[in-house]
Amino acid sequence: MTLHMTKTQKVLRFMGNNTVPILFLIICAFGIPLSGYSANYLVSEVIVRIARNSFLIVSLLIPILAGMGLNFGMTLGAMAGQIGLIFISDWGIAGIPGMLLAMIISTPISIILGWWCGKILNMAKGREMVTSYIIGFFMNGIYQMIVLYGMGAIIPIRSNALVLPRGYGIRNTVNLIGIRKSLDNLLTVRLFGIPIPLVTFAVIALLCLFVLWFKKTKLGQDMRAVGQDMEVARAAGIRVEHTRIISIIISTVFAGYGMILYLQNIGTLNTYNSHMQIGMFSVAALLVGGATVAKANIRNVFLGVILFHLMFIVSPMAGKNLIGQAQLGEYFRVFVSYGVITISLVLYEVRKKRDRGLAGLVLAAEQEETV
Amino acid sequence: MTIEKLTSSVKGMVTSFGLPRVIIALFLLVLFILAPFVGVNVGTSLSDTLNRFGMNAVMVLAMVPMIHSGCGLNFGLPLGIIAGLLGATISLQVNIPGPTSFVLAILFATPFAVILGWGYGQLLNKVKGGEMMIATYVGFSSVAFMCIMWLLLPFSNPTMVWGYSGTGLRTTISVEGYYLHVLNDFLSIRLSDHLLIPTGMILFFALLAFIIWAFLHTKTGTAMTAVGSNPVFARASGINVDKIRTLSVVMSTWLGAMGILVYQQSFGFIQLYMGPFYMALPAVSAILIGGASVNKASILNVVVGTFLFQGIVTMTPSVMNSMIHTDMSEVIRIVVSNGMILYALTRKTEAVR
Repeated sequence: MTLHMTKTQKVLRFMGNNTVPILFLIICAFGIPLSGYSANYLVSEVIVRIARNSFLIVSLLIPILAGMGLNFGMTLGAMAGQIGLIFISDWGIAGIPGMLLAMIISTPISIILGWWCGKILNMAKGREMVTSYIIGFFMNGIYQMIVLYGMGAIIPIRSNALVLPRGYGIRNTVNLIGIRKSLDNLLTVRLFGIPIPLVTFAVIALLCLFVLWFKKTKLGQDMRAVGQDMEVARAAGIRVEHTRIISIIISTVFAGYGMILYLQNIGTLNTYNSHMQIGMFSVAALLVGGATVAKANIRNVFLGVILFHLMFIVSPMAGKNLIGQAQLGEYFRVFVSYGVITISLVLYEVRKKRDRGLAGLVLAAEQEETV
Repeated sequence: MTIEKLTSSVKGMVTSFGLPRVIIALFLLVLFILAPFVGVNVGTSLSDTLNRFGMNAVMVLAMVPMIHSGCGLNFGLPLGIIAGLLGATISLQVNIPGPTSFVLAILFATPFAVILGWGYGQLLNKVKGGEMMIATYVGFSSVAFMCIMWLLLPFSNPTMVWGYSGTGLRTTISVEGYYLHVLNDFLSIRLSDHLLIPTGMILFFALLAFIIWAFLHTKTGTAMTAVGSNPVFARASGINVDKIRTLSVVMSTWLGAMGILVYQQSFGFIQLYMGPFYMALPAVSAILIGGASVNKASILNVVVGTFLFQGIVTMTPSVMNSMIHTDMSEVIRIVVSNGMILYALTRKTEAVR
């Protein structure tokens, strides 16, 4: 039995549930004509960014299913992926074999980091997001210690192109010429003059299918149960802590692969910066797609990538044409990224309260009918 | 028997103080002991530590009211810092040189801190239970928003705006000629060639700390503690929970504004744009190192924590550098400060809310 709503209430509710995507549609609708870019250019840019980013964003889905919120700890996986890439660049293994090897190297590192991260998040139930966010910062310190001081000194790295002139530590930027676009260029089709990297899209499609399939498995259902209510799940005999750790491990491993995919498209690795921004951008894109802290699906991922990156491409030019300063557009898009996350988090908390009130109303309506 | 007693009492002390804090305190002690052997002057180090203590203590103090009212760690400190930056830039725009400019900066910063803090408090009242994550992002987005504003606001003092275009504030603005070292030099005591005590700055902190301490012992202050420890009980005893929480947020924001002004007068520069971005994390970890938890903090925690944290920040580069000729201090700072926050977030007893 549902509560009867008038049409305006329904529209208002739809608007309320989709505030962020609607807001973004409006920003893009103003920004696109202001930037003066051609439709062809915009479409090809957006396709590049879908190929580049969606794998990373899909990796966020499984912890949300398990009720652990947005996994800001995905930076851990990104670090593991980068370590894999540093090794294959040192060994000079190029192309698809290089990428595969980097993935293989990253996997055990991701599993260990994900397990550790999951353990800590189990100790901080109820504030997983802020904890995973701080874990990202903490591990960044350890990552710097290993890459900046350990590599070349303790961990053997031979290539002079990688090691700093002082003899140890990895350079600020690593040129990934060996694997640059090796997956994207494997098979491309031109549609209206726009190149489409088919293999990359196939890989992303496979991952999406995996996530859809995973949700239907026993483990996936367990995760959903844990996400709904930990105590009920525990009473039903589900190993809650164990399930939560597995969800974080899966997310971290995928984030590692996603980072490798992302960097093969970009072609250069900013050793000490790449992983820090990726968490924020992925989370923001997912939220722009209409996901919330408690609910996200594949549709949100793609809608999010398209809208968020459209704004990203358009805003510097729009800022320049509007006020005469490209810098302004740059700051604007940073502001919008953080603003979107803020608004989504606030709306989520407010909505949680409102839904609790609505549940009460539904209950009251039901009782009235039975009387 | 006595040895057993001793070990058990030591163990009790360690558990009550928290293992990470003991480790950090011992680490700092070892650094101070090692310093003379590797050729680092203890006097200079001590005076640097004191100086940095004074610079940062007020920002750490800004954590106290919000922790007391149960709003958690104030990751939204950048908002307060922005109020301070607005006060500082407007004071420079008014262009009255000398110590007066510092008083003006405080006066101009206050209304911004109150208004921003009030709005921030209203927002946090709507999201009880999820304050910390939202506070973080309120801080971030306000910094990003002000980046746009620093470019657009009509400031015109030539010491502040970009030389070639004449508009848009510079990323760093010198406060020389305005309020550089006004607190540092006030009654400062020179003990030796290397040891200088910035009395004025420490007195200013002591004054603010005393005000907060006294406030927490008034009727409203007690109500704030009650709201923090048990909101339901507080409501039952007739306290307006939302109002008290908003008041605590306004206080924290104002202290954040004062904190950045004290920092600037010693540092010598106003840092705009992305400058305040990560300033919350050191302050948060400092108060946690001092023995505070997510919902309990005292002035003593502020003093001890700031001293320990800033001690490590000052001592590690110099001692490490002369010992192994590599500067690993940045890494140590990241690991120590974030490790401390992680430790506090994962304590079971504190995970009640």
